[in-house]
Amino acid sequence: MGFIIDATLIAFLALIAISALRRKRLFGMVMLSGAFSLVAATLFLVLDAVDVAFTEAAVGAGISTVLALATLSLVPAEEKPHSIAIVPAFLALTTGLLLSIAVSDLPEFGAADAPIHNHVAPEFIIGSEEKIGVPNVVTSVLASYRGYDTLGETVVVFTAAIAVLLIIGGWTRRETETAESTEDDHAG
Amino acid sequence: MTSLLAQWNYFLVIILMMLGFYAVIARGNMVKKMIGLNIFQTSVFMLYISMGKVSNGTAPILTGDSSTVYSNPLPHVLILTAIVVGVATTAVGYALIIRIQESFNTIEDDEIIELMDDDEAASEGRAS
Repeated sequence: MGFIIDATLIAFLALIAISALRRKRLFGMVMLSGAFSLVAATLFLVLDAVDVAFTEAAVGAGISTVLALATLSLVPAEEKPHSIAIVPAFLALTTGLLLSIAVSDLPEFGAADAPIHNHVAPEFIIGSEEKIGVPNVVTSVLASYRGYDTLGETVVVFTAAIAVLLIIGGWTRRETETAESTEDDHAG
Repeated sequence: MTSLLAQWNYFLVIILMMLGFYAVIARGNMVKKMIGLNIFQTSVFMLYISMGKVSNGTAPILTGDSSTVYSNPLPHVLILTAIVVGVATTAVGYALIIRIQESFNTIEDDEIIELMDDDEAASEGRAS
């Protein structure tokens, strides 16, 4: 049963991805990418990752799509026609093959005796109840056990915000424009 | 063959991953590259979340019943952080695309390379 649901969702994802990449008009492509994130969120839900599912739905399908649409309002609406590139296709196939070989060394999907489930994970599940007192284990690990890491994450987001402001904010642009115009004056 | 069937989820995710990877390296349009990167990234998340799944397990929210089997919460925490960092880098990527569009009036990478070559040739001509 799990296999059927997962395989159907992943087949949907593959279909959406292929049709997004074949699209010439960028608007349709961005919308399909939002749909991809939403179906991915459903898959996360099926795989028991409820917190990841709603973050993906809000951030992946929401904020990413809004950012892409904001960009689309400033760039050409269609991409230049391309034929299938042989070398990148070969590279992607080879990488996929190598990854498949590597992945076949992993424990079986869903196996309860896999090393990942028997090292520190049980301690976090027990500790979440006894030490932190939060029933949602993901919340207690994110905000308490790994609080500093989450602080570092907000630093990354803050840095990205500064970078975006520096790249497209008003003041740096005015400087480059004056620099260009003086250069043109010299050339003229 | 039995191991192949037991690990089907990982193989399906790798197919998605390679679709995104192909878009990143083969397509010249930068917005399309970003979307490809997005697909690639989401597929990597799926690989990690698949590893945390336990058969017949439930979401890692404590029920108080000691016989409940929970899926592993640690990959979930890792991927939550990765999603947020991913959208931050995506924002920087789109900002760079807007800046490139302003400077070169195109977002196709082969056209940008041509323009840069022309610029170089022109400045060399002016120097000599």
